[in-house]
Amino acid sequence: MSQLDLRELHSPEFPVPTDMQGNVAITSLSKIYNWSRRSSMWPLLFGLACCAIEMIATAASRYDLSRFGMEVMRASPRQSDLMIVSGTVTKKMVVPIVRIYNQMPEPKYVMAMGACASGGGPFKEGYNVVSGIDQYIPVDVYIPGCPPTPQALLYGLISLQKKIDGQSLANMDDVPWYGVGPSDPVPVPVLGPDIIDPRQAELIRQQAVLAAQGKPFGVRELSGAALGVRAAVPVVEAKPALEAATASTEAAAELDPEKAARLAKREAALARKRAAQGGEKSE
Amino acid sequence: MTDMLAPVAPTELETGSALEYLKNKFPDAVKDDTRQGFGGVVIDRSKLVDVARAVRDELGYDYLSSATAVDYHGISDHMEMVYHAFRTSGGPALVMKAQTPRENAEVPSLVGVWPGADFQEREAYDLYGIQFPGHPNQKRILLWDGFDGHPMRKDWKEAYYEEDHKPFESRWPKGYVRRAEELNIFGKNVRYPADLDLSRLTDTSEQSIYSGMGLGVDVQELTAEPGQMRTDRLVVNLGPHHPSTHGVFRMVVTLDGETVETLEPVMGYLHRNHEKIGERNAWLMNIPFTDRLDYISSMGNNMGYVMAVEQLLAKGARYTPPTYRAEVIRVLMVELTRIVNHLWAIGFLLNDLGAFFTPALYAIAEREKILDFFEATAGSRLMCNYMRFQGVYKDLPERMRGTSNTLNDKIRDFNTMDYLAELINERLPRSIDELDHFLTDSEIIKTRCEGVGILPPEMGVAYSATGPLLRASGVPYDIRRMDPYSIYPELDFDICTRPNGDVYDRYLIRLDEMRESIRILKQCLPRLEATQGEDIFAGNKAIYAPRVPVGEAYGRVDNPKGELGFYVVSEGDPKGPQNPWRYHVRAPSFINLTALGQMCKGHKVADIVVILGSIDIVLGETDR
Repeated sequence: MSQLDLRELHSPEFPVPTDMQGNVAITSLSKIYNWSRRSSMWPLLFGLACCAIEMIATAASRYDLSRFGMEVMRASPRQSDLMIVSGTVTKKMVVPIVRIYNQMPEPKYVMAMGACASGGGPFKEGYNVVSGIDQYIPVDVYIPGCPPTPQALLYGLISLQKKIDGQSLANMDDVPWYGVGPSDPVPVPVLGPDIIDPRQAELIRQQAVLAAQGKPFGVRELSGAALGVRAAVPVVEAKPALEAATASTEAAAELDPEKAARLAKREAALARKRAAQGGEKSE
Repeated sequence: MTDMLAPVAPTELETGSALEYLKNKFPDAVKDDTRQGFGGVVIDRSKLVDVARAVRDELGYDYLSSATAVDYHGISDHMEMVYHAFRTSGGPALVMKAQTPRENAEVPSLVGVWPGADFQEREAYDLYGIQFPGHPNQKRILLWDGFDGHPMRKDWKEAYYEEDHKPFESRWPKGYVRRAEELNIFGKNVRYPADLDLSRLTDTSEQSIYSGMGLGVDVQELTAEPGQMRTDRLVVNLGPHHPSTHGVFRMVVTLDGETVETLEPVMGYLHRNHEKIGERNAWLMNIPFTDRLDYISSMGNNMGYVMAVEQLLAKGARYTPPTYRAEVIRVLMVELTRIVNHLWAIGFLLNDLGAFFTPALYAIAEREKILDFFEATAGSRLMCNYMRFQGVYKDLPERMRGTSNTLNDKIRDFNTMDYLAELINERLPRSIDELDHFLTDSEIIKTRCEGVGILPPEMGVAYSATGPLLRASGVPYDIRRMDPYSIYPELDFDICTRPNGDVYDRYLIRLDEMRESIRILKQCLPRLEATQGEDIFAGNKAIYAPRVPVGEAYGRVDNPKGELGFYVVSEGDPKGPQNPWRYHVRAPSFINLTALGQMCKGHKVADIVVILGSIDIVLGETDR
């Protein structure tokens, strides 16, 4: 797959004499750049849980990652291009993962391998489990499965290669690492009473203010009650929770008019939805 | 004539008489556990240490298998610690319980009696908030310092809490599906206490790890004798991201130059709340979760859990034990799993020794053949989810064709029994011999392994080490023989032991055990032939939603990594609850690590990695 076949690179708009095909190729810079990058993708030697076993099996002789130029697994993030998040991400582990991600040089790619890394998986409800690594770092390819078979992982890797092939050097959105200065690191989460994402600090602060007034902490609009399903939050707290939701809108309105407009819009939509459902019930 | 008989020594008393002995010796402190379906004795917690010492020294229960907490919130509003002690000479458990009120819960520590209680008590403190006065190092083990609350308490609710028990009303039978993130305003799996103060928020999660190390500066120069090399004392973190920690394990090591002074395991990086989820799940739902404990030997985990629940089911009226064919298939699967696990373990031990990936490649290649068989039978390579209460999921297929890899499977089409016979009689013995031939006499391996990481037998028993780790220290303790289950009593095999207890012996014992497994598998083959076509469920009917009678049970199996125990309690609903009240996993990888600090002391940094590799841990099980 990754062996040098110049015909693969050659653009047909520039004709080359037949006997020179295979020796000479005229191509674009993007194409040769992407070809060389995707043919020597070095993954980070980094396993989290069960999926790591399948990842190792993929690297072993039967499935053989080296067919894709990916067999050079580096233990150091500073030498690797691809992070395969292979397994359940716990709150305790996400802190090191974000640190490792920040240490990887651009261009870097992340692959969420398996159900847990993609969205929490079977352990999603657990108190120490992160519902998918994409809540903290950007993910390029998701591979379903629990665990994905080596075939599925290979398919994911091929998909990543396709993604790289499609990135154009002319488009700065595709190749942001050629921008001015280093890219911003992802803020590292803090382990307090629960995991705290620094990007959500403002939201958490607002909720803390509400909590100080006796409103429940962190409860969203009770869509469960609207659906006629017994809600997760005890019924007694339902009313304050609704108040909290409206109060949070008011609190947000003071901070950011744009956000307030969005929240108001959502409130209106929810009210419409509730009314519609109420109407259905009465029929 | 009876008075002519010599009195039976207390160390040989049957469990029932041993309990009588205890009650006579401590008439005030020891009482029978009279709850329906429960056994053992309840011990007044003020006398717990004395009683435990008598149990160990006078009655000979030298081996503490499991120590775990149960929260009876809403039933009798107390918490209790449950201890299962065994004799290394064999026999059933002596079950002791110490009860404590839920407020200011406190139970004296038994680390002084059985050092193997160390991590288990720390876990009970972490997850239940029980204080253990007398514990040398009582701090959180799976979660971080500063975590809000003790999550395994029954009144502690996680951020995505919906209901106490599955199936959730919202999902079944009404069929609404809602993403849990939608209810949480942060869109994440988080909950904060109401008095959260963000202004003084600093990450204190690692404070206690370093607190005992007396660190003022990072590097401290140690004065050396004249003529010797001057060294520095420094603290090194190995992990959680480290290629040789077999996952996300972390060790904080204090070094004098290159020599290990202290080593502290730090875990919980893969703590995925197995037990909390398990208590929300229905009985059957836990089987696929057990696959993900020790994810290299999923069949063995299935077996342990299924056996524990079957013990409970056996107390009810409508229980029929698994058929003979089901038992044979179970043993076949478990022993194949043992070979898978040991191949993997040896491959990666060599990896840790620096033979990067070459021996592992050979070990993995043979493993794939077994996984093919698992895939054809159970439908999955790794997470087999194969065993069921009173039987197995499916009979062996007639022909082996995979379903996921259609390209290869044009070639892969075998008669299952022929495939198995070839695998067991030829392929596996050949690959074990191959490993033996190339590795055992290697000069490098001998130099690196002999005399490294010695675990003396007494220490192994005291620290509750199990499995190959304990047997390599010369203690012939194998549950398949000592507390037999399934069809093991009629099978012919030996308990392997090795005398020295070093890394080299732990490598050799895995070869020995694989050969014993081959012996067992060879005996399974004719039994499979003979029972061809028989039912795999008694009455040919699987029970998917069992009403499990009220009570407790401790099922344990000899998993490839050691003793895997499941302590399950069925409580609450008098008709027979559909969900476990308590679901505890006594994980061999977790408890085998208790002795790691002792084993590494005085060795070089490079040896830590090898010693850890020779214990053979898997993090899914360590952290659960």
